[in-house]
Amino acid sequence: MADPKIAFRNVSKVFGTGADAFTAIRDLTLEIADGEIVTVVGPSGCGKSTAMNMVAGLIPHSSGEVLVDGRPVSGPGPDRGVIFQQYALFPWLTVRENVEFGLKLQGLGRQERRKRAMHYLGLVGLQDFAESYPKTLSGGMKQRCAIARAYAVNPSVLLMDEPFGALDALTRVTLQNQLLDTWSKDRRTVMFITHDVDEAVFIASRVVVLAARPGRLQEIIEVDLPYPRDEEVRLSPEFMEIRNRVWRAVYRRDAQAA
Amino acid sequence: MSLISDVETAEPKRRWRWDPGNVAWGVLSFAGGIGLWWLATVAGFSELPSPWTVLTRMIELGIDGQLWGDMYASLRRVLIGFALGAVLAVPVGFLMGWYRIARVIIDPWIQFFRVIPPLAIIPLAIVTLGIDEKPKTFVIFLAAFLSAVVSTYQGVVSVDKTYINAARVLGASDGTIFARVVIPASTPFILVGFRIGLGSAWATVVAAELIAAQSGLGFRMQQAQLYYDLPTIFVSLVAIGILGLLMDRIVVRTEERMTHWQERV
Repeated sequence: MADPKIAFRNVSKVFGTGADAFTAIRDLTLEIADGEIVTVVGPSGCGKSTAMNMVAGLIPHSSGEVLVDGRPVSGPGPDRGVIFQQYALFPWLTVRENVEFGLKLQGLGRQERRKRAMHYLGLVGLQDFAESYPKTLSGGMKQRCAIARAYAVNPSVLLMDEPFGALDALTRVTLQNQLLDTWSKDRRTVMFITHDVDEAVFIASRVVVLAARPGRLQEIIEVDLPYPRDEEVRLSPEFMEIRNRVWRAVYRRDAQAA
Repeated sequence: MSLISDVETAEPKRRWRWDPGNVAWGVLSFAGGIGLWWLATVAGFSELPSPWTVLTRMIELGIDGQLWGDMYASLRRVLIGFALGAVLAVPVGFLMGWYRIARVIIDPWIQFFRVIPPLAIIPLAIVTLGIDEKPKTFVIFLAAFLSAVVSTYQGVVSVDKTYINAARVLGASDGTIFARVVIPASTPFILVGFRIGLGSAWATVVAAELIAAQSGLGFRMQQAQLYYDLPTIFVSLVAIGILGLLMDRIVVRTEERMTHWQERV
């Protein structure tokens, strides 16, 4: 593999100290190539969100190395766009102002900001809602606005933490298709956290399965289904076969423990 | 991302508004209450003055100018004391919310003074600050400050961590996060604090004037009490109620305007 975009090298994360210490992740080694779209699944407590937050620079790791573009992560930065499950739109700003937030921090002028914001809102179909406040949007629209906000600062990596988890099934499928559509055009590296096995397989070129307590690598499953993927893929026997493999990898340990 | 044609709008729930039905019920309720009061006085159940007597006295005192003078004196004290309290409460509240060390140093003092009724400070304030406007203003300032500071600091502490993280990953520095995330996110709490602060300032001014003042609505009631002048006491009470209600409505309106973005249930 060429230089990986994201690399975990023997990464561990321990929360707390002494008797209360809790190992969220133990000795994780994982590489994500530039332009790759990888999903991370696992039971709750497997540290999948923690792993993503370490790449985002929101949580420091305890030992090992977390690298982005070969450089150790020391804090958050606009080169890594993050999309949160709870949208995290600023409710006191309009849809357009939310998208402009990151652009303003980059020192862009008013005109340029507005132009860029409207461009990205157009891509997610929200141009007619630019002056609305988030409270008037549905869940799917809020998440599209959050996606536009993340894209607007042009990050080289997208980190998505169960972004479609709070949405209804139909909206979720629509947004999955749109994500793949965008990815097939710009080939931006995506690390996508989910607990939904179907979603994980449909989106990814590789599915990383983590095991829980402590969080650690269980298995990496290649998804050799061709892109672009449409609804037929979801119903194909090949998809079902990979999906079943991922499902077994995710639940095997829990079944043994029970 | 491709163009999307699905139109999914979630109409936000409307908050209670001035709709004619509600206003009508409110007016009806007040009219009923005054009617009962009138009946009670006519039937001789009590020695209270009738609504008519009180209204006549109110007009007399209004023409005379005394009522306006008293209202002005009380309002002036409240507004000065409240303004000083609010202006200090916001930075102190932010300091306590943002820096743990400030919280642990300041909080015990606030908790201590909060359990002392502001009126209990009056004797001390008169002895140390003299008998003019200063002790009253100080007590009102204290009442307003203590109410407003607690909610400001609660507001800062309870700012959703997700907003802060969202700003950080977009490249925001601590200063930017404070100015553009923490302040707007805690504005609703601050305004609630102002509302409580103004309410307690108003309650305090009237009581303070009962104890120690030469003007104001509270002073007028105290004087009227000496002369068994019930209508004047009623006029003062009604004036206190109306002014208090008006101030509260103004704050609520300001709050609605400044926090219209909030999701309300």
